[in-house]
Amino acid sequence: MAGPPSTVAIRNAKIVTVSGPVIAKGTVIVRNGLIEAVGENVTVPADAWVVDGEGMTVYPGLIDALSTVGIPGAAPAAAAAGGGGRGGRGNNAAPAQTAAPAAVATAPAERSWGPEDRPQTTSWLLAADELQAGDRRVETVRGSGITTAVTFPTRGIFAGQGSVIDLVSGEKAAEMVLVPAAGQYLSLGAGGRGGGGGGGGGGFPSSLMGIISYIRQLYLDAGHYKLVKDAYAKDPRGMQRPEYDRALEGLLASQRILLPANQLIEIDRMLRFGAELKQPMILYGAREAYRPEAVELLKKANATVLLSLRWPTPPARAAAADDEDTNESLRTLIERDQAPTAPAVLQKAGVKFALYSDGQDTPRDFQRAVKKAIDNGLSRDEALRALTLSPAEIYGIADRVGSIEKGKIANLVVTKGEIFDDRTTVVMVFVDGKKYTPAETAAPGGRGGAATDDPGQGGNQ
Amino acid sequence: MKKIILGTLLALAPLSADIIVIQNATVMTEGPQGIFKGSVVVKDGKIAEIGEKVMVPAGAIIIEAGGQYLIPGIIDCHSHIAGSGGINEGSVSVSAMVNIRDIINPDDIAIYRALAGGVTTANILHGSANSIGGQTLPLKMRWGKSAQELIFAGATPGIKFALGENPKRSGNPQGGRGAATAPVARYPATRMGVEDVIREAFNDAKGYKADWDAYDAKVAKGEHPIPPRVDLKLQALREVLENKRYVHVHCYRADEILMMIRAAEDNGFKVRTFQHVLEGYKVAKEIAAHGAGASTFSDWWAYKIEAIDAIPFNAALMTKKGVLVSLNSDDAELMRHLNTEAGKAMKYGGMNETEALAMVTINPAKQLGIDKTVGSIEVGKDADLVLYDGFPMSDFAKVQKVWIDGTQYFDRDKEIAAQATKEAEKKKLLDKEKAAQKQQPTRRPNQ
Repeated sequence: MAGPPSTVAIRNAKIVTVSGPVIAKGTVIVRNGLIEAVGENVTVPADAWVVDGEGMTVYPGLIDALSTVGIPGAAPAAAAAGGGGRGGRGNNAAPAQTAAPAAVATAPAERSWGPEDRPQTTSWLLAADELQAGDRRVETVRGSGITTAVTFPTRGIFAGQGSVIDLVSGEKAAEMVLVPAAGQYLSLGAGGRGGGGGGGGGGFPSSLMGIISYIRQLYLDAGHYKLVKDAYAKDPRGMQRPEYDRALEGLLASQRILLPANQLIEIDRMLRFGAELKQPMILYGAREAYRPEAVELLKKANATVLLSLRWPTPPARAAAADDEDTNESLRTLIERDQAPTAPAVLQKAGVKFALYSDGQDTPRDFQRAVKKAIDNGLSRDEALRALTLSPAEIYGIADRVGSIEKGKIANLVVTKGEIFDDRTTVVMVFVDGKKYTPAETAAPGGRGGAATDDPGQGGNQ
Repeated sequence: MKKIILGTLLALAPLSADIIVIQNATVMTEGPQGIFKGSVVVKDGKIAEIGEKVMVPAGAIIIEAGGQYLIPGIIDCHSHIAGSGGINEGSVSVSAMVNIRDIINPDDIAIYRALAGGVTTANILHGSANSIGGQTLPLKMRWGKSAQELIFAGATPGIKFALGENPKRSGNPQGGRGAATAPVARYPATRMGVEDVIREAFNDAKGYKADWDAYDAKVAKGEHPIPPRVDLKLQALREVLENKRYVHVHCYRADEILMMIRAAEDNGFKVRTFQHVLEGYKVAKEIAAHGAGASTFSDWWAYKIEAIDAIPFNAALMTKKGVLVSLNSDDAELMRHLNTEAGKAMKYGGMNETEALAMVTINPAKQLGIDKTVGSIEVGKDADLVLYDGFPMSDFAKVQKVWIDGTQYFDRDKEIAAQATKEAEKKKLLDKEKAAQKQQPTRRPNQ
């Protein structure tokens, strides 16, 4: 008789609960996918399969706060934006090279003649409806200790809503879904020169100001739509019925929006814009969040930030040749030097933030990226929190994931060595109480699609 | 009492003081006081006193400017700097819904360069790809400040219109290079079509205005109707009809200028400025009669066929016919020497130095409706001042210091002195990066 054990006890392990004190030597009991008990003196049930945790540490499963895992077509083949600093436009709008399921593609690539055509808008999409149980990236990502991801459709201006998923490998994608609607993903980089991908078709909007005005118009329309719909629902007699508009339905159904902001001026711009739209918002990217002016703005706005772990890197050209004539500005160089200090800076300032992998799927890349934040002033505990309880709080799911507590979902990472260290190995991962053993060398699942959008600064004409 | 604001490494720290006295300068006021040798007192960001002899308050910062020239900050009536992500929403014939205000980029180095060329205010316009372009506004060149802090407070916003070649250029929705996919032709393709787009847009705007006026009337009567849908595009045109938004029209040929005047008058609005307006000298009387200003180039000519009839006497001739004329840059480089652009009007057209300088100071201020606070050196106006080491319209004159609202944003000596520090900082960071790269193991091939 097969089937995984329904009850597991990990005993004699160090347990980092995140929500409470570290248990130097204790036991975690997992039953039917939930944490049944955790503590120093916990009796192991008779029916439990026992893992000897001697010399091992148990952490809550990591949460990737902004991902595209589970949506195979979402990952663009091109490398992610973010390395180039100023002047780099987001590449995430590039058409997927793979034979992506048509479901993920955005609106038909007809030329848009204005906001009324709802260009680059699939606001009604839910990531949960696009999931593919067989996505190879699930296994790769899980090898980093990530058990939960907030995965988003990312193409277009209004890409659709993300979903919180558990990274189980099963036959039904629906098993993965924790929360189907976690917020609307907006990007501003999909327009610009020639319309980019996502079915822009070269029409409106073709500039950043066009995209911003489009978003503003759509929220105005959504407000008006709701007003008319409510009036009609109250008394339809004598009133023309409002036309059904799925784009506006998608906006109204979203409880929060994710707005891209990397540079200080973008952080400033998007904080103002989000406030103007009167939508609960999360900023993502935040590459220049290390700057004192940015921190001040974020604090003042009581903002929530998802910080990309994809640190800016020097352009390949400069690395290859010993290029003395680099024409990069001092500002770009400072940004590259300082960007990895952003998590520590935000932590110190008390800004609510979480870290996200930004498409760095392999355990090696992921670990190295987190380590860089730690090397730049973020403590290991803080890094862990920014990848567990903090994202859980941001998405309002701290009552089920994010820490090792009785009654929460049994998402656990068991390591040999301290998490995020060079030599640490992830021994096993529990997702919904199911045990997975990472492959010795993680499968080359392909570079993930960076979710970060870079509105770009190269637009002066 | 001195207040010192420490800037970042990147911005040259702007210095502000409560009281500054610039003394012994040749002051070209562009106001009632004309040109005189003497002093200007700046207090709380405003010009407090001017004259040959002034009272020097205790504790004032004294700027000794013997042999130097002080002029009002230069105003560029047509610029495209300081924007992020493109200044043309050229995909549609009418892009009145977009707004430069949303994409102000205070990090654009062109701001600092313009400042170093004596520019303190610039009218940031949408591009000329479509018949009716986006919403615009003037900015002060407060380098180092945030986007919102650049906005010229209280200035009437504008909107860009464009006639002729650019908006009718068919088959290229971007109005320039860069269309990646096969472009779809966009109406209009002729000058007739341009006129039609403008007239149709205002027909729509009038209907929109009527809907809202009717709604407002009902609300005033205490009723609770469902409001009409807000349309950002028509809203901007409604503001034009209500005289709350200036119209700046890109144009070249005399016939299209007359067309625009007719279209505006038929629809009950005024053109605030004609921009470029290279054939303006042919229809100067008509422009003056409509009440529009003209913002032209000094001698930029024949870069395209519709600019073939341009003459360098344009500014002077239009002025003689009673048109309020300014000279603009339309270009981040030209923007750095608008002083010599003004100087050319002394050669071509025989303007005197005050008339010539007016075309980059008080005249554009009037055109933008901001002459109550800027454009000349007068008591009570903003202390936007530029100090040159010689006659300001000479090719050899160099900007020494620039103040905006009494805060010094540019200082030539300090800029030169700071360059070595910045180079050293740059080298340090590059060396650090190279050292780190050598340490890092190479990436695995499968990546």
